[in-house]
Amino acid sequence: MPEKAYIEAIHDALIEEMDRLPTMMVLGEDIQEGGVFRVTDGMLQRYGPQRVLDTPLAESSIVGISIGLATNGCVPVAEIQFADFAFPAFNQIISEAARWRYRSYNGWGCPIVVRAPFGAGIRGALYHSQSIEAMLAHVPGLKVVVPSTPYDAKGLLKAAIRDPDPVIYFEHKKAYRLLKADVPDGDYVVPIGEAALRREGDDITVISYGLMAHECLQAAEELAAEGIDATVLDLRTLAPLDRDAILEAARRTGKVLIVHEDNLTGGIGGEIAAIIAEHAFDDLDAPVRRLASPDVPAMPFNAAGEDYCLPSRAKIAAAMRALAAY
Amino acid sequence: MVRARESRSHTAATKLHLAMYRDMLRSRELSDRMFALNRQGRAAFAVTGQGHEAAQVGSAHAIKRGTDWVLPYYRDVGVMLALGMSPYDVLLGLFAKAGDPSSGGRQMPCHWSWPEARVVTRSSVIAANLPHAAGVAYASKLRGLKEVSICYFGEGATSEGDFHEAMNFASIHKLPVVFFCENNGYAISESSEKQMAVRHVADRAKGYNMIGQTVDGNDVIAVHQTTHWNIEECRRGRGPKLIEAKTYRLSPHTSSDDDRRYRTRAELEEWIKRDPIDRFRKRLFEEETLTEEEDAELRAEAKREIAAAVEAAERAPDPAPEDALRYVFAPPPEDA
Repeated sequence: MPEKAYIEAIHDALIEEMDRLPTMMVLGEDIQEGGVFRVTDGMLQRYGPQRVLDTPLAESSIVGISIGLATNGCVPVAEIQFADFAFPAFNQIISEAARWRYRSYNGWGCPIVVRAPFGAGIRGALYHSQSIEAMLAHVPGLKVVVPSTPYDAKGLLKAAIRDPDPVIYFEHKKAYRLLKADVPDGDYVVPIGEAALRREGDDITVISYGLMAHECLQAAEELAAEGIDATVLDLRTLAPLDRDAILEAARRTGKVLIVHEDNLTGGIGGEIAAIIAEHAFDDLDAPVRRLASPDVPAMPFNAAGEDYCLPSRAKIAAAMRALAAY
Repeated sequence: MVRARESRSHTAATKLHLAMYRDMLRSRELSDRMFALNRQGRAAFAVTGQGHEAAQVGSAHAIKRGTDWVLPYYRDVGVMLALGMSPYDVLLGLFAKAGDPSSGGRQMPCHWSWPEARVVTRSSVIAANLPHAAGVAYASKLRGLKEVSICYFGEGATSEGDFHEAMNFASIHKLPVVFFCENNGYAISESSEKQMAVRHVADRAKGYNMIGQTVDGNDVIAVHQTTHWNIEECRRGRGPKLIEAKTYRLSPHTSSDDDRRYRTRAELEEWIKRDPIDRFRKRLFEEETLTEEEDAELRAEAKREIAAAVEAAERAPDPAPEDALRYVFAPPPEDA
């Protein structure tokens, strides 16, 4: 099985689906040149400028046009250059795409995919670092996925493209070239809505997603050497949440730490903690803990400031030790 | 123009004129009834477009139904009747009934969706449907289909960013889309001077290298001819168009609005004198397309039709309350 970088896996999914679907399009800013991260590299040459469409710098209409394309039989995959720039498109995503089916009583569907690089750790400062997933996971009618491995990146993107409803696909920009792993050639999907058990252990449970899932796994290996055996659950999909997997992982150890780089208040961690409190309270041996970025608007450009804000392997390990000792 | 006695032979033109006149009467009658039903406490909300009948009906009769894509806004009762939606179906929406074809009783009245006539669902958010029209039109072009999209909105919508983004994109790609502005001079209470520094909405087209035309929105034949020309130009691949139909809203913005707060009765009276239905009737009489007896019968027929539709729609079943949970996402195949 060939080893691929996370970014190559995304690229492969796009190419394979474009080959399969003659009405599929990718659209966004700078994508004919391959995009600022080069996800769509070579696609212009392969599919031409009609299907690999450079849009004006206008995020609202990138999504709005995608909705129209999907309404008339196309399969659009829109790229928002950075998740931080999705806010001008929030009306189209929330008021339009998410409600398209509901408000027409299933008269129309809205099968669009919106890809958005997110996340910190690359010195992207306030407007190239944000994690905006919780805001969209809150919205009924949207599916939100956050792959953390090259394998999932390909399989979840294919699932998103084939989904009959709007899917927001967050790809961690620091993961693009950092993560490399085996990715099968050819077709497969990773179903939306299924978490992945990355590690099994009986002492504590760590729940995370995106690049933080890797930090959690590394912290878990560190703690294993100290005799603390952790379960690590990678959510992969934030909407709809895999409640069964969350509850099973929580019940197994009775001690749960949730980790995300999104800021604490109103983050996905709060929802997971509530699910566990409501449905697995009797199985808990400790309060559910959350480790997240502080409630500041976004990451500072200053490196020490960014490191200070972001959860890290060391901070996760410390939180895990404290929880294990509870 | 078809003149005098020739018109009595029911040429295609006279048939069209009579059909448009009938739809204008039905639209006015239905709109008046929807407002009255609100005032009687039988409908929670009404939004209508009395005074817009020439703009709506004239333009909609230029649409190839089932081929062209229509993205109307909440005032477009006349567009929908001209496309063939029945008053009964419109009223199911007014009463939020289960059978409401637009939304199953979910949306406010007149937030149209009708897949079989390619009427695309819309929200209450002004101008949000303009990028949708551009996207639909891009798909038509990409797929090599000879279909045109027409998107309706008021002049207030032209202040929104989505107006600019859609016009810009449509013109860059020479898309088959007609942007149809029903300029009634008011965005709720805000007069045009508060919305734009240009005199005509059509002037905005220049900034996109697009053809923009202003038409007398109270002249149904002028609106029809203008819209027909623009739609067919689009179909021939000549790029997007902006039509501005200048008209006036004779009703308040909605049943919740009191227009006496922001416009004078004298101004309203002036526009009542230019009522597009009265004006068209006069013309049909002059051209001897219509007699007074025929007119009386058409009006009585519209009243009967709407009255019967009100009675039936008000009795139609409500959706089950828990029906509110359906269709957040695509249903599994067995439930579709």
